[in-house]
Amino acid sequence: MEIKKTSLNKLHQKHGAKFVEFAGYEMPIQYSKGIVEEHKFTRSNAGIFDVSHMGQLFIYGDEELTKDLEKIFPLDLKNLKLNSSKYSFLMNDDAGIYDDLIITRIDKGYLIILNAACKDNDFKILSNLLKDRYEMNLNEKKSLIAIQGPKSADILESILIGVNKLSFMNGNWFKYKNQKVYVTRSGYTGEDGFEVSILNDFAEEFTKNLTDNGAELIGLGARDTLRLEAGLCLYGHELGEDKTPIEANLKWAISKQRIANGGFIGSDKIMKQINEGTNQIRVGVKPEGRLIAREKTKIFNEAELVIGEITSGTFGPSVSGPVAMGYIEKKYSKKDTKIFLEVRGKKYPASICGLPFYKKSYVKGATK
Amino acid sequence: MSDVKFSKEHEWIILEGDVATIGITKHATEMLGDIVFAELPEKGSNVEKDGTAGVVESTKAASDVYTPVSGEVLDTNQAIVDDPSKINEDPEGSAWFFKLKMKDISELDSLMNKDEYDKFAKENAS
Repeated sequence: MEIKKTSLNKLHQKHGAKFVEFAGYEMPIQYSKGIVEEHKFTRSNAGIFDVSHMGQLFIYGDEELTKDLEKIFPLDLKNLKLNSSKYSFLMNDDAGIYDDLIITRIDKGYLIILNAACKDNDFKILSNLLKDRYEMNLNEKKSLIAIQGPKSADILESILIGVNKLSFMNGNWFKYKNQKVYVTRSGYTGEDGFEVSILNDFAEEFTKNLTDNGAELIGLGARDTLRLEAGLCLYGHELGEDKTPIEANLKWAISKQRIANGGFIGSDKIMKQINEGTNQIRVGVKPEGRLIAREKTKIFNEAELVIGEITSGTFGPSVSGPVAMGYIEKKYSKKDTKIFLEVRGKKYPASICGLPFYKKSYVKGATK
Repeated sequence: MSDVKFSKEHEWIILEGDVATIGITKHATEMLGDIVFAELPEKGSNVEKDGTAGVVESTKAASDVYTPVSGEVLDTNQAIVDDPSKINEDPEGSAWFFKLKMKDISELDSLMNKDEYDKFAKENAS
């Protein structure tokens, strides 16, 4: 299969990108400054992320659509206000996660942002579940550009007047030249930020506008270290069909009213796990010293029994030390529990820690 | 002091008497990206030509460090363990990895000189 390129590909090249293949797309892993500098720049200034490989699924319909989507997602969509966003999951009957996503109520329907590697499968699953009764469009004509970091609001405001008034997990239409672009205040770095959905033809020019105003392009490498420091899950690592939202410690994302009444795909398993507990749970792991524990590193207890596995691990540039997440048997999941990580055949000490590693600075004020 | 020699695994080596100082090349650091972890062989241990003699990790991945010659480890550079970013800053200078007492000086013969290595690195650049 031919590798796909986003509308910003040429711009990435101009900025010295090193490319990797990610979910069938040629994407920048880093630019000339490198992952650590890019990471720190995002935390102190404003980083631009090309996330156009992600799926932008538009579904249009009336009240019936809301009812049908509530049979799929564990959300109180009836009470989701226009332009409000929620983090959620597409699950199988056993509450295993096909994908994690952000769903936003838009005029006459919903916009769902899907992971690149999952989007085609998600589309099939959703078309099937909705029995093709609604207009559904996995939009390939639009790019998705995130701007993240403490200066992102000021920079974006200078281009799209009014975005500064958005509260976290809310969106709206803004005017760019003679175009309408959809902007949400959201992101996946632990910083205040925005995601801009814009027609491909305008994406490069818009991004140049951002760089002219002081923001810099940031690659997928720093995106990963940023989200890991922020304690955020990455599909294929912390999340997958063999994990449920309860095991992933994401119960907060399931609407309370839906937990009480069920009626969504996977709800039986979710309610069972809430009542009876789970064997394993996602935790933060802090290795001692500078040791980096990567995905698939085995976790041991003091009696040298395997009690879990790391799902992501790297060096956190903002916390100046190693950071990791993984799944562990529930009884070892308490904060500060001593554990051991097997790296290159040797066991090294580590402890369970709270998440995030790096404190978020989202702009509050969003309606629940 | 001999000329600097290079291995296909992107180590450099320089000999003074029978003591070799070994590190990784600038080209290697450029391929690895930001180095955030370094592990070195133990002082007093013996390492074999082309065997592993340490690890470096970037934010992305771990890579073994190989020794281009055999010998006894006389000294290691603790400064790069304490601050691995030094490896990116000065890989072919102050950020050396370890010093070996060489067993067989002729092991150097199979290694590349600077011109040969530069050509090799250019052809193998990812």
